Amino acid sequence: MKLIITAASPGIDAPVDPRFGRGAHFIVVDLDTMEWQALPNPAMNAHGGAGTRAAQFVTDQKCSAVISGDFGPNAFDALTAAGISMYLFGSCHTVQEAIQSFKMGQLEQLTSPTGTGKMHR
Amino acid sequence: MIIAVASGKGGTGKTTVATSLALSINQAGHGESDPLLFLDCDVEAPNAHLFLKPDFNQNQAVGILIPQVDESLCTHCGKCAEVCQYHAIAVLGKKTLVFPQLCHGCGSCTLTCPEKAISETLDVLGVLERGFTPSGVDFARGVLNVGEPMAVPVIRQLKKWTASQPGRVVIVDASPGTSCPVVEAVRGADFLLLVTEPTPFGLHDLKLAAQVASELQIPAGVVLNRYNNHSPSSEFTTVVEAYCRDVGLPILMRIPFEREIAEGIARGKTLVEIRPELIPQFRELYRQMSLDNGSGIQVKSSSSNVG
Repeated sequence: MKLIITAASPGIDAPVDPRFGRGAHFIVVDLDTMEWQALPNPAMNAHGGAGTRAAQFVTDQKCSAVISGDFGPNAFDALTAAGISMYLFGSCHTVQEAIQSFKMGQLEQLTSPTGTGKMHR
Repeated sequence: MIIAVASGKGGTGKTTVATSLALSINQAGHGESDPLLFLDCDVEAPNAHLFLKPDFNQNQAVGILIPQVDESLCTHCGKCAEVCQYHAIAVLGKKTLVFPQLCHGCGSCTLTCPEKAISETLDVLGVLERGFTPSGVDFARGVLNVGEPMAVPVIRQLKKWTASQPGRVVIVDASPGTSCPVVEAVRGADFLLLVTEPTPFGLHDLKLAAQVASELQIPAGVVLNRYNNHSPSSEFTTVVEAYCRDVGLPILMRIPFEREIAEGIARGKTLVEIRPELIPQFRELYRQMSLDNGSGIQVKSSSSNVG
């Protein structure tokens, strides 16, 4: 399965980025082969709708789960509609740590948005 | 002649000036047969009705057209999401989701959809109201619904709804700030009257508002409110006056800083009801703005020195 983690810089040992919609990079990891790829978040500097734009991007990567620190209501609704599960990285500091914790089933799965959202039209 | 009243800083006296200007020139006759039109464009917090007391007898719901996707026709090709600048529509696997709070109603998705699967429905953002005041002013306002973030479509439709013969005297009461709602309210005005007060914040925001006038190429002038030569604020009065002189913004009127005025306004009275002796000054203010209509005062672009 494919997993996406929000990261502050483009690498597997990079610090995690706490923001989903406006995180700097997405690290796409194939858990079966452990191959990974770093992609810049196209929504990082969006004027509005960063959460939905980022969710669209993540959906297009055909992954089944996302790990980040914060999912707003629009991102939550969009990812839910896409059938992608959301996890919080909790006390993990790096992408690598988040992947290990996810594999061990230690990450909290989200059932509601973590914030109220910031941007409107 | 369209006169827009703006300020930058909130609470400097936009509505105080706009309502008293309206009453002063409506009584005097302003050379037009149509009654003066007053537009309260501060749709997030309209308050001019508290002073002019119109009897609203017309109203209309306003909003924007947002997309509605027919899932039976949608092939999830994703073209709508690609063209949406506001990321208000997303194609997520076998679902197309619309986020009304993000939509600006531009219609790009509807035009782009190759399957014609998108239709548009009105998303009501607020209401427009219109009626005459006891003083004979034709009054209209927009009211944005609580919780709605987008004021511009309401202001735009208020102006369209009340559009009248060119030459009619219109006073536009804008919202504070210098963002989109203010630009929408003052766009198309013949004169921009900037109300300020002799405080650092008043001056800071006057500079921003003067840049809006300069950018939109609208002749502008200043009303200096809470003017007092003998208070601690008098020192800042000279700073504001020096700025206006430097950028070529004329100070067209000074309103004294008096407790009696503040008390009267708190009771819902207009400035010219509290101080009828100011009526000739408001008429003179109008005369000055009419003279400069289209010709004179342009804020120098060098005024853009704001931190």
